[in-house]
Parts: sequence; C-alpha cells; structure tokens
Amino acid sequence: MELLRRPIFSLLLLLSLPISFPSISLGSAVQGEDGHREEEFTEELLLKPLPDRKVLAHFHFENTAQRTQSYGRHHHLFPKAISQLVKKFAVREMELSFTQGRWNYESWGGFDPISSSNAKPPGVELWATFDVPPDQVDASWKNLTHSLSGLFCASINFLESSATYSAPEWAFQPASGNLRYGTLPREAVCTENLTPWLKLLPCRDKAGISSLMDRPSIYRGFYHSQRLRLRPAKIIADGADSGIVLEQTLTVVLQPNGFRTKSSHSSENKISPTWAMSSLLGRKIEGRCVLAKSSNVYLQLERGLVAELNALKENQEFVGTTVLNDDLIKNPAFEISVKPDWVLKEVGNLPTGSSSLMYGYSIGKSTDSGPFDLHLTWKSPMVWSCPRPPLHASRFLMGSGNERGAIAISLRSTGLNEGLYGSNKDKESCVLPVNVFQVVPWYIKVYFHTIKVFIDEQRKAVPDVIEKIRVSPSEDKVLPGVMEMVLKLPCGVKSAAMTLEFDKGFLHIDEYPPDANQGFDIPSAIITFPNVEAAMHFNQFSSSDKSPLLSRFREKNPVQSYTEVLLVPLTTPDFSMPYNVITITCTVFALYFGSLLNVLRKRASEEERLLRAKGRSSPLSRLLAKLRRKKEVEPQSSTTSSSLFSSKLVVKIILVAAIAICWQYFG
Amino acid sequence: MEEEKKGSTSGFWRWAIASVLFRLILVFFPKNLHLSSRPEVSTPLTSLRRLSEGYWLKQSSMSPYAGSMYHGSPLLLSILGPLTALRIEGQPEHLLCGLFFILADIVNAMLIRATGQCLQMAYSQRLKALDLVKLSAASGTIQSGNLAALVYLWNPFTIVACVGLSTSPVENLATILSLYGACTGLVPLAAFGWVIATHMSLYPAILIVPVILLLGYGPDAPPRKVFLQKEYKNGGQSNVQVIFSWRQLVHFVFWSIIWGTYVLVLCGISVKQYAGLQEMIRRTYGFILTVEDLSPNIGVLWYFFAEVFDFFRSFFFIVFHMNILFMILPLAIRLKHRPAFLAFVYIAITATFKSYPSVGDSALYFGLLALFANELADIKFSFFLFCGYIGVSLLSPVMHNLWIWRGTGNANFYFATGMAYACLQIILVVESVSAMLDHDRMLMKLVAARKHVDSKS
Repeated sequence: MELLRRPIFSLLLLLSLPISFPSISLGSAVQGEDGHREEEFTEELLLKPLPDRKVLAHFHFENTAQRTQSYGRHHHLFPKAISQLVKKFAVREMELSFTQGRWNYESWGGFDPISSSNAKPPGVELWATFDVPPDQVDASWKNLTHSLSGLFCASINFLESSATYSAPEWAFQPASGNLRYGTLPREAVCTENLTPWLKLLPCRDKAGISSLMDRPSIYRGFYHSQRLRLRPAKIIADGADSGIVLEQTLTVVLQPNGFRTKSSHSSENKISPTWAMSSLLGRKIEGRCVLAKSSNVYLQLERGLVAELNALKENQEFVGTTVLNDDLIKNPAFEISVKPDWVLKEVGNLPTGSSSLMYGYSIGKSTDSGPFDLHLTWKSPMVWSCPRPPLHASRFLMGSGNERGAIAISLRSTGLNEGLYGSNKDKESCVLPVNVFQVVPWYIKVYFHTIKVFIDEQRKAVPDVIEKIRVSPSEDKVLPGVMEMVLKLPCGVKSAAMTLEFDKGFLHIDEYPPDANQGFDIPSAIITFPNVEAAMHFNQFSSSDKSPLLSRFREKNPVQSYTEVLLVPLTTPDFSMPYNVITITCTVFALYFGSLLNVLRKRASEEERLLRAKGRSSPLSRLLAKLRRKKEVEPQSSTTSSSLFSSKLVVKIILVAAIAICWQYFG
Repeated sequence: MEEEKKGSTSGFWRWAIASVLFRLILVFFPKNLHLSSRPEVSTPLTSLRRLSEGYWLKQSSMSPYAGSMYHGSPLLLSILGPLTALRIEGQPEHLLCGLFFILADIVNAMLIRATGQCLQMAYSQRLKALDLVKLSAASGTIQSGNLAALVYLWNPFTIVACVGLSTSPVENLATILSLYGACTGLVPLAAFGWVIATHMSLYPAILIVPVILLLGYGPDAPPRKVFLQKEYKNGGQSNVQVIFSWRQLVHFVFWSIIWGTYVLVLCGISVKQYAGLQEMIRRTYGFILTVEDLSPNIGVLWYFFAEVFDFFRSFFFIVFHMNILFMILPLAIRLKHRPAFLAFVYIAITATFKSYPSVGDSALYFGLLALFANELADIKFSFFLFCGYIGVSLLSPVMHNLWIWRGTGNANFYFATGMAYACLQIILVVESVSAMLDHDRMLMKLVAARKHVDSKS
C-alpha cells in the first residue's frame, strides 16, 4: 500500500508541477522587477458632457512593451505588426490619425489636453521621427508609409511622394531634422480603417471597453478621430533603450438622441438630453478585458460646469450636511446612476476659481452586478463654456477667379489671454508667442515676399511681429511649400491676421484627380502657443496613480489647434482634347515649316536661266541637259506618257537608285 | 529737302517725348492697371513678381532658385532686386522698376533709330553704286530709323510690356545692343549684347549668325549677284567690296569669349554660396527648354505640354526646338546679303515658338520690321495681318477672362487665340521673307534692264 501510494503521490506531484510552474512564472511577471518592466495593457474611457448638449467619448488604450532585439517574437500583448514596424524602420516616435469631421474649438474646448492632442485635422495625418542618420530618413519614411498603408487599409502610401510630406524643424514639434510630417486631407475614414486598428488591441472589440465600439453609433457622430501614437517609454537613468508605448485613442463627439426630452419639449427646452452609455454607443460594458492591467471609465465635469454647480448649490441654500458622494451623484443639476468608485479633483494654479471633477469607475468591480452602464440625467438647464485657446485661429481664402488668390490666417482673442497675463504682468512688455506651421502643396505657388501682418486691424511691419521665420519654397511637382514662423503678439491683442498671396498652378492633364472640378485641398495649418500649456493635474488617488490617461493629462504639452482645410478650385484644361491639341499644334508647325521653305526655294524664271547658264560648264549638268533635251523631244511623239516619264522623274529615279547602290556598297 | 528732314526729326522728338509721357502717366496710375498679372505680359521668365520673390529668398539667405519661382539671371536679380524692395511713400509699388523699364525702352528706341540710320545710309550708298539713284532717293523719303523707333515706342505691345513690369524691355535692350554694335562695327558692343541676351533668355543665341554676317559683310545690301552683273557690265571694275572680313569674326569670337567668361564669373560669384553655376543653368536654361511651367501664355507650347502624353514629352521638346534650329541655315543662305533682316526673321521665329512668349518679344520684332519699311513696302496680306493682330489682342484677354475668371469658357477658347496669334506671326514671317526676296528680284530686274538699255545704246 505504501509502495502503491508513493508512486501515485509522486505522479500527482509530477503532474502538478507543470501546472504550478507557469503560475509561479506568471505571478513573477505580473509582479514585475523594477529594472525590467513587462508588457502592460490598460483600457480607459472618458466621458464628458459638452456645453452644446453633445457628449465626448474618449477611448484610451495603452500598450507598453520592451524593445526587443528580435522581430517581436516574444510579445504577449503588444501587437507584433507594430513592433516589427518600429524595429525595421527605427521609428522613435510616430503618430497616425484618421479623422472625420472638424473639431469645434469654440464649443468643445481648445485648452484642455484632449483638444490639444486629440483634435486632429480631417483625413489622415502622419508624422514620425526616426533613429537613423539624416540621409536615410526619407527612405525610412517611404517604407513606413507603405507599411502603414497596408496595415490600415488607407492610401497612406500617397505620402510617399516628396511633394506631399515635409520636414518641419521647430514650429510643429522640436525635432532634430529627422521628423517627417504629411497629411491627406481628403482621405475618407471608415470602418475599414477602424477594424485593423482594433485588431491591435489584445481583446480586439470582443471584451472590455473596446466592445463599446459599435460602428453605426461611432460613425453617426459629429466628429471622430482614431489615433495611434507610438512613443518611447520614460527614459531610465542609465539611458538604455527603455521600451515603447503604443497609445491608441478614439475620440468621438456624439449627440445623445434625448428620448426623454422629446415628450416634454416645451417645458424643458434648455435641459441637455439625458444619456446613457448604452444609448450613446449602443452597447454596455459586459466586463473588463482580462488582459488589461486596469480598466476604468471616467466621467469628467469641466471647470465651467463645476462652477455652475457650485453657484446653483449656493443659490438653493443647500444644507451642507449631505454626504459628499451622495452630493456628487445626486444634486439639483443632474443625477448619475452609478456611484463612482473614486472622485478626483483638479489641483494646481487654475485660471478660473473652480476645478474640474473626475468620477472614476473601475470596471473590474462592476462586472459582478451585471453589465456596466452609466446614466446621466439632467434635472435643470446648465449653461457653461469650455476652456478656449488664447486665440481662436481660422483660415480662409481671399480673392476670386482661378488665377491667383491669398491665404489669410486670422487669430481672434477669446478673452482668455487677458486673464492669463493681464493680472501679473504689465501689458507693454508682455508678448504672446504663436507658432504657425503651414504646408502648402506645390500647385499653390506662394509668394513669401507678400506676407502682410495686421494686428488689431492695423498693418504692421513684418519684422516687428514675426520673430523667426523659416521658409522652404515649393518646387513644381517635387516639394511642397513649408512655412514655419513665430509671431510675437502683444498680450492684449484683439485680433491678428496674416495674409499671403499665391498664384494657382496649372497641372498636367494626368495630375488632376478624377473629380478635378471639386478643387484641391490645402492641409490645415497648425497654430501652437508654446508658452501656454494644456495640462490638468488631478489629485493623486491610489488607484488612479498609474492611470495612463491621467498621466497624459498631466503632460505639459503646448496648446495646439488646427485650422480649417481650405478647398482651392483650380482651372482645368479640356480633358477630352489631347489628340486635337496635338494635331492642331503640329499642323501649325507644319504650316510654318512648309510655307517658309517654299518661299525660300522659290526662284524666279530668270534666276533659273542664270543658274542653267552657269551650270552648263560642269560635265554632269551637261549630261543632264542632254537627257532633258532628249526628253523634250519625246513628248512630241507621245503626249500620253509624258506625265509618267517626265525627265525630272527619271532623273530622280536614277538618283535614288544611285544612292541606293552606293548605300549597298559602302554603307 | 534738308528742311523737310529737320521737320521730320523735330516731329520724331515730339512723338518720342509724348510716348514717354504716356508711359509715365500709366506707371503712376494706381494699381498699375493690373497689367503685371496679365499672362500676355508676364511669363514665368519675365514676371517682376517672381523676381522680387527671388530677391526676397536671396535676402533671407536662401538660393533665389530654391523653389520654382525665379528663373531669370542672377545679374538681373542683383540689379532689379533692390529696386523692387524699395518703396516710396504714397507712390505705387515698383515705381522705380517702372522708371527703369521706361529708361530701357527709351534706350531701345534710340538704338533702333541709330541702327536704322546706319542701315539706311549704307543701303543708299550701295544703291548709288548700282546707279539706282532714283530708287535710293525714293527710299530716302521714309526715314526708316525714325519710323522704327516710333513704331517701337508707340506699339501697344511695347507699352504694355513696359508698364506691365515685365523684364522683357531689358532683354530686348541686350538684343538691340548687339545688333547696333554689329551694324556700326563696334565688335565689343556686339559681343557684349549677344552674350547678355543669350544669358538672359537663351534664344538670342541663334543671332550669332546674323551678327557675324553683319560684322563680316557689313550692313544690308542688294544681293551680290546684282553687283556681279554690274561688274560684268562695267568690265571688271567694282567699287563695292563684298569680301568677308575674317578679322572682324576673330574679334567677335575673342570678345564673346571675354564677355562670356566675365558673365559666368559674375554669376558664379553671385550664386556661389547657394548651389553654384550648375544649379543656375538647370533652373534657367533647363526651365526654358523643358517647359516646366504650364501656366497659360500667348504661345502654343503650354497647352500642348499640358495635354500631351508623358512618354512623348521629350520627343516633342526636341521636335519643337528643332523647328527653330532647322530654319537657321536655309534662311542664312538665302538672306546672307541682308543680315539685319535675317536677324529680324530669327527674332520673329523665336518669338513665335519660344517656350514662354510674351508681347514684349513681339514688340521687338515689330520695331525691327519697321526698319525695312522701304524694302517691304509691297508686302502681301498686310491689312489682313494688321486686323488679325488687333483681333487677337482684343480677343485673347476676353477669352482668358471667360476661362479663368468667369469659368464660362474653357481652355480651348484661350488656346485658339494663341493658335491664331502663332499663325499670324508665321504669316508675317513668311510674307516678309517673300517680300524681301521679291524686292531683290526687282532690283536684279532693274539692273538687268539698265544693262539692256546700256548695251542697246
């Protein structure tokens, strides 16, 4: 029995070993050593009511991996396609965005981290920096565009041609010459671009927050921007190649289709429609993605809204004995269906008195009580405004006709810059630097010497306002025109405008797109305020400590905004005419050549006689004359054959034959 | 006779001053009548706006040839560039440039006048030598130099090109300088003009043939055969020398080399810190030869190259430039006794078929055409040509407006006027050559008839 039992025990032990080993190794991996970080994946969703009764949904997925020497064979979570891309083309940083719709900087905000880094120009925008010597950057870029084009089913490969991308030096981002930037303003973005993007997530759209991405509801939105950002992880002290962070965000602005307000439309006219996650996005969160380290949903209330709430509370003389959490989910203005797991408050020096609030929900906990769904019911009308950039930038075309025009960039004050600077500094010395980066395709031939700057509707000398300018003029069919400049505007500026004249180019018939009369797009200009930072600090909460979304919010990025894409109509030639043009032009050339030669070789009769008299001296001409005389006799006998056997014809035939014989022998 | 001449010269000066005043009024006109943006006036090569862009690039320490804006000479840039940047308060932009172009036009007219006088004097001497005094007296009634200068000054094309701030008056100046130098036997001047003209717009390079003939044989004369006939009649006695002077040719080559190296060195210095001479040649001559800019002009090549299939592009470059080159030799053989007229024919042909023609080029050949008013008195189709030119110059802006500004016409409308213009120029060239050859025949007949009369008596 003893003997029998021992082998069974040892067998059990043996059997349990392979089961226990992975669990031990997995455990150590999850625990992680400090020097050697493992792959991590987090998923987060930020919901934010917008002042114009819309709702912003911002999905944020972050995937961190170690840089490996091999071609991505040992990744558990990190997408292999991306790691191979990074490895092969030595990409240091990259950002690719697919956007449809235009971000409304006035009502959706232009000063917070989301609008600065997630509001993108329509179409495709791609920029990348490379870890290669400067002469190989272009080659890497071209290969990268082709790979991405295949990966995302988009025509990113059009960015390969040197006429479509540019190399900004300082106005877009501080780069050391290995940054390339390109946009395709007319790229149509649709679900075929989203599917490959979702494939990069470890749970795809099968589980976790990404399962909310119901295609019809996303593409019904006013704005959606799907973004893929690669960045190096934080540099470790020893300077070793640390790792790479893949940040995938999807920003959607949706209109809740207010099912409740419809019934009582007249009375509750101003109340924002009530919405739920399930009504906005069409789905609920069934559970977290098990591969994710953390899975959180946030509801953000903006500063303006919080200030309004406080005012409302004071007005109603609410007794201050209510519990904090209860106050937060149930107050006179709105009601939230789920109690937040934690509430974060914005800290730091704020331009306005109030700070914004962030309600956090951890998905892992809420799965026990069924699928997670968040309802927000508005109870009283709220009017607030969102943080705006110091200057609102817009761009438009001037002039008419298809020959020339002018681009104007206008910056209007939103009243914020006075609040920023007016209090602590005197207005005389205070300047607001503004970076302008603009790429113009080559068929818009910009005259850079015609830059005019107007401040408060008064024309200023260019060197007084433009502190620094770098121009790379466009070259036909080869390079786009690039303009980077730093404007120094006084802080109290009400409006500033800059105009730039251009001539419209004329293209070859093959260079027009199929819908030539629609016009051509000038990509958005980028306006950056380098001294104004869009950062939001929330008070540290133990569970939110490592939230990548909040750490992105904490980053000190300058406020950035994109201007509109301009549509420039260009003249078209007649596309049906090539053969006609070729034949008519060649006819004119033939007319010239023939008639001029005819005039030159025409001789008067006396000249001919003179020539004949002269020519008689040579033996050959004597022979010819003899022949001719003979022929002159012949016609008298046979007039019918004269036309066929005229002397000239015979001479010509003999001459040609002689040349042919010579050619045969000596050629 | 003398009084009449005096009267005509005072009349000439009056008209010349009036034309200058007219130009001044137009230059001071606000906004310059938008002439400088007309495609007929400013081509990518002659546009002053592009020149000031090049100057701006140069001032911001970039190569003026960076981008594809400026394609002119670096020397022109250093002369005209500072003028474009200077502004006088309360005066229209580019006033100084306008004044500079007016000055160039005045000099052009004076040089044409001097050339005409020189040609006429030489020609009447030759006619006298042929005992055709009556004919020479008849030719003396029209002072062709004065006429040509006035035609040049009052030609609407010249006025438009000058007031519209294109650089063609300066290019014309170099060409006329070369012809003037060749007519008066000033070899260094002729070489200088030829080198500068070639440097600025490439096509005047073919003027080397008439310039050499002018220097070698002297100014225009009746055909040599007439003198041979005359000589035969006189029994071997000839008072007119028709010997090619090789010394002048050697001088010309020597001076051309000197001026050519001088210009190259100056250009080399001015583009040294950017990309060098190779880049300059690629951006100027390369741009002219490969018709890179397809913006509309009064020529025929822009639309052709906008429509033609890409793989035929190089073939047609060669064909079209060959069309200019092919005619050099036949014309030179047939018109070698009239080198100044030959120069006119060459200039007219290049003005028709160059890649970026403008009305400034037409202005030049019209001025030169008037130099031969006596010889070409019985040119055919002159009324038709006159009406055609007027019609085209009125229709072309209309068609351009319809196509570009209103969008109701299309490119074919405008191209048709360009086509008609090219045809008119071709007819003008062909008919003037034909008229000149007929004139020569007439001279020969006259001499022969006189010989006949002499032998009979």
